[in-house]
Amino acid sequence: MNLKIKALTKSIWVFHAACSPCNNCDIEILDLLTPRYDVERFGIILAGSVRHADALLVTGVPNYKTAERIKKLYAQAPKPCLVVVIGSCACGRNMFRESYNSPCNLDQIIPVDVYISGCPPKPEAMIAGIVKLIKKVSSR
Amino acid sequence: MKLVFNYLVFPGFLFSAVVGLFSGWFDRKLTARIQWRKGPPWYQNFLDILKLFSKEVIIPTQAKFTFFISPFVGLCAVVIVSTMLGRVLLDPSESFIGDLIVLVYLLVIPAIALILGASSSGNPLAAVGASREMKLILGYELPFILSILTLIIKTGAIKLEAILNHQMVYGSHIASFSGVIAFLVTLLCIQAKLGAVPFDISEAEQEIMAGTLIEYSGPLLALFKLTRAILLYIMPLFLTILFIGKDISFKFLFLKYIGLITLIILLKNTNPRLKIEQAIKFFWGPVSFLACVSVILALRGW
Repeated sequence: MNLKIKALTKSIWVFHAACSPCNNCDIEILDLLTPRYDVERFGIILAGSVRHADALLVTGVPNYKTAERIKKLYAQAPKPCLVVVIGSCACGRNMFRESYNSPCNLDQIIPVDVYISGCPPKPEAMIAGIVKLIKKVSSR
Repeated sequence: MKLVFNYLVFPGFLFSAVVGLFSGWFDRKLTARIQWRKGPPWYQNFLDILKLFSKEVIIPTQAKFTFFISPFVGLCAVVIVSTMLGRVLLDPSESFIGDLIVLVYLLVIPAIALILGASSSGNPLAAVGASREMKLILGYELPFILSILTLIIKTGAIKLEAILNHQMVYGSHIASFSGVIAFLVTLLCIQAKLGAVPFDISEAEQEIMAGTLIEYSGPLLALFKLTRAILLYIMPLFLTILFIGKDISFKFLFLKYIGLITLIILLKNTNPRLKIEQAIKFFWGPVSFLACVSVILALRGW
């Protein structure tokens, strides 16, 4: 059992689920995956297909169209699947809270495991968030 | 009983999977060092496989029976190859007439399993991946078989034992003109068989999102990853037996294996991905030409 948890936390394949973001968070995610921060030393790889994913990195404010898509995407991922929310928009809709095209918060659509705020968050903040996530999963 | 042990444990499944996963780690670590990164720890690939086995399997509604069966087919084929190669290296008298042909056939099966699985998953991107894989097989099989034909002409027998004995007496095949050309051709074909970078067209992650493997998840994906890992073990071994099999004591075998795998990884890291038509042109053009030249040189006795 312990080994299984270790395998789950030490080899997180992430899927980049852009949910109508402004792209700044996505650029920071790409920075996170480049040699400078090298998250492969923790076993984190970017997966091409959502079927291979262990964690969804969600960025952006869900609007009427992407809200459905993100729900579908979460259903397509094999469980156990974690959801990491990146950026203030995805955490709490930021300044688009009153906007005509955003129906609800992201955590009202899919269950969220960790929130990483910032506009956009730095790669270091994302690594700190992933560490918190790993601690949470292994204590569960 | 001995057969079962051979197949499942020693030269077969368990051993080759462990060696293959280690070489997979070596690949990732070396790639990381080339890109000036630190790279994953040595147990990373084992954890990946373990994690995939503990995840959920999702079978698409349009998927047919072959979606489920094809990972097993691919894995069984490569395990048979690893058992045969391992037994021949341990005791050359165990090889039989025509085993080279059996090996050539068995080495196509993983790719066919990939095509079968992908095309039965019902995903359009997987279909694109499957068609690319099919074209790639058509491309690389011709030069691959021609370069093996070179060896058959040089040794005069279709038998691994004869090839090893010939090299023990007359020196490695790579030391002759036809041998070195055939070696280069086979190296390129192996790069394509492994699905390594210049020829990873069928699962191009940036354009068709893991292509052939797109619908696979959990344990089924783990089986494909294991197949890939075992291929990474048997392909350099096969190349060693065919071309540089003069001295097959454990020490030299290990050094040759590391050398070949480094060569493959360097090829992988210094080349961008080709388009499918470029790959076919490459294999049917210059590579097949070189393979023909090596056959002619072998017939002339060089």
